Amino acid sequence: MSDAATLKKFANEEKLAREKPDRVHYLHAAKPGLDPRTVEEISYMKKEPQWMRDIRLRAYQTFRQKHTPTWGGDLSEIDYDRLRYYMRPTDKVASDWKDVPSEIRQTYDRLGIPQAEQKYLTGVMAQYESEAVYHSLQDKMEKLGVIFTDMDTGLRKYPEIVKKYFGTVVPAGDNKFAALNTSVWSGGSFLYVPEGVHVTFPLQAYFRINAQNVGQFERTLIIAEPGSFVHYVEGCTAPQYVSSSLHSAVVEIIVQKGARVRYTTVQNWAKNVYNLVTKRTFVHEEGTMEWVDGNLGSKLTMKYPSVFLLGRKARGDVLSVAFAGDGQHQDAGGKAIHGAPETSSTIISKSISKGTGRTSYRGMVKVPKGMKGCKSNVVCDALLLDPKSRSDTYPTMDIKESDVHIGHEASVGKVGEEQLFYLMSRGLSEQEAMSMVVSGFIEPIAKELPIEYATELNRLIELEMEGSVG
Amino acid sequence: MQPSLAVNNLHARVDTTPILKGVSLSLKPGTIHALMGPNGSGKSTLASVIAGHPGYAVTKGSISLGKKRVTPLTPDERAKLGVFLSFQYPVEVPGLSLEHFMRTAYNNTHPDETLSAIEFHKLFMQKLKELKMPSTFAERSLNEGFSGGEKKKAEILQMAILQPQFAILDETDSGLDIDALKAVARGVMKLQNPNLSILLITHYVRILRYIKPDYVHIMAHGQIVKSGRRELATQVERKGYDWLINPQTKKSKKK
Repeated sequence: MSDAATLKKFANEEKLAREKPDRVHYLHAAKPGLDPRTVEEISYMKKEPQWMRDIRLRAYQTFRQKHTPTWGGDLSEIDYDRLRYYMRPTDKVASDWKDVPSEIRQTYDRLGIPQAEQKYLTGVMAQYESEAVYHSLQDKMEKLGVIFTDMDTGLRKYPEIVKKYFGTVVPAGDNKFAALNTSVWSGGSFLYVPEGVHVTFPLQAYFRINAQNVGQFERTLIIAEPGSFVHYVEGCTAPQYVSSSLHSAVVEIIVQKGARVRYTTVQNWAKNVYNLVTKRTFVHEEGTMEWVDGNLGSKLTMKYPSVFLLGRKARGDVLSVAFAGDGQHQDAGGKAIHGAPETSSTIISKSISKGTGRTSYRGMVKVPKGMKGCKSNVVCDALLLDPKSRSDTYPTMDIKESDVHIGHEASVGKVGEEQLFYLMSRGLSEQEAMSMVVSGFIEPIAKELPIEYATELNRLIELEMEGSVG
Repeated sequence: MQPSLAVNNLHARVDTTPILKGVSLSLKPGTIHALMGPNGSGKSTLASVIAGHPGYAVTKGSISLGKKRVTPLTPDERAKLGVFLSFQYPVEVPGLSLEHFMRTAYNNTHPDETLSAIEFHKLFMQKLKELKMPSTFAERSLNEGFSGGEKKKAEILQMAILQPQFAILDETDSGLDIDALKAVARGVMKLQNPNLSILLITHYVRILRYIKPDYVHIMAHGQIVKSGRRELATQVERKGYDWLINPQTKKSKKK
């Protein structure tokens, strides 16, 4: 899709579509605001065990006690009393493509999103077309002993596993939004991979049957038993329509000895959304965790996927790319806590700011005394497209051990006149030249994404670039 | 017959500094021109201005292609008319694959014969082979980590793919050892055809042994001070530029 005129048309129509009020009706909508009764109601409607209800209620108290963070982005405009905390769409999943509201279908068409993905987005896919695919996958997974379902079902069917791990990696008291999520969570994925099992195909969230559409307070729990491997892919690059302006997810991952987990996300929230997510992994001996994270859209994103390296030779990588357009703030990065000797971490963060967009890299590497032989490498690169674009870095290096290898590089670049002239002298329009510099810049991350996600990420960035020149 | 690219009394400046002070030049199809001259004489500026570099302001004179006025066009519009500049210092674009970039450029400049990714890949590999370049170039990022010689070869590769009608080679020979120079020159000669005209900017006569110019122009102080046939280059090699730039000085020396 290189035709600038087509791009322009898409971008304008997408903008129009986004400005339309949300017309989806909700059957079960908790009234605005949050109190212990609402929390109990949510738990009751889900028919949860008492222990989960207690966790929720305790987390509610924590949420009330915790202060809203004053670092990172500006959170002062969030009015907790006006938000709704539980919603179930009229039809959990649309049963037929025809039932999907036409304005949503049209927007997807205009964006050129493949129909398969459109159907996933609206829930049709999960019930119909993908059923065959899903069942063959489900059979395969059952044979392997892999459990892959939504979190609510996970809790219902495997309460003992959930009880053992829930809240152990990200406790409710970690931060205000983790507390909020713990008290009102709904949806998200539950994934359990038994010892020694290698799942050879990426598990995409849309293969989850009866998957609820992306919710506000998803809760995801992944357990990879010793020696296992799994690649989990979530999110989609289409703008995600949410009726509420706060998205606050929690992702907990446990990587046991010698296991490896890769978690890939590409998200493109509507531009009024606060996206405040806590993602953390405990990595045990010789285990490997890889976060690959793409953030577009939203008003403010605060997200720092973390690895707690708890066993000798554990390894953690955090790769992220963020794009901030006009009025957006992407505050992203990563955290590596070296809790055992000979552990290694890599944090690579790439950010692009356009117009008045602002990106921040915020990261932490911690090596306590005695954790000998640890390695860490942090690279954060920012690309500014306009004179008023902004980028900051807030790296924290807390290194108490001397027998370590620590590297840190940061760069801030602008798309140079010489680069544009060079590309244009070969026949590329200014817009195309700009897009190529940007996609080249994020290529080290994009190449880690499944191909269809990489393609869409590039296409989305092209759309976002519309109007950035000339 | 395809028109010539004509530069008429061209004046250009960067910021407030005038650099070109009335350059005239006509590139007829099928001809090879060498443009020589000391450092700072304005050769590279002329190349950039012909390709449409936004950092230079044309203050007087014009560039035209037949009846088409080239001066107001953007660099990409000029490329679509067949203008190509081989850069003295090719720019690096990390993460952008040379092949992907070239396919977009090819399709933009050849709107009537666009190629699919697979078709283009064939063309790309064929051109690499013709220029005796390793196939690994296809996957490498544009000019990133290329040696000086590789960068110059990659420029000629781009020229071979885009098949321009007016190629300006800005010091394509500088920084090359003799083998690389020969390879680059051979590559250029392979592209020679009756529709292509070449403006070869150089300091040294040695490349002119491999790319034989029909005309030689000497530039100094933002003007072309002398034009002639191939022999002019030999004279320059023997006598240097001084007698062309400051003929009076020479006379006074004789006295």
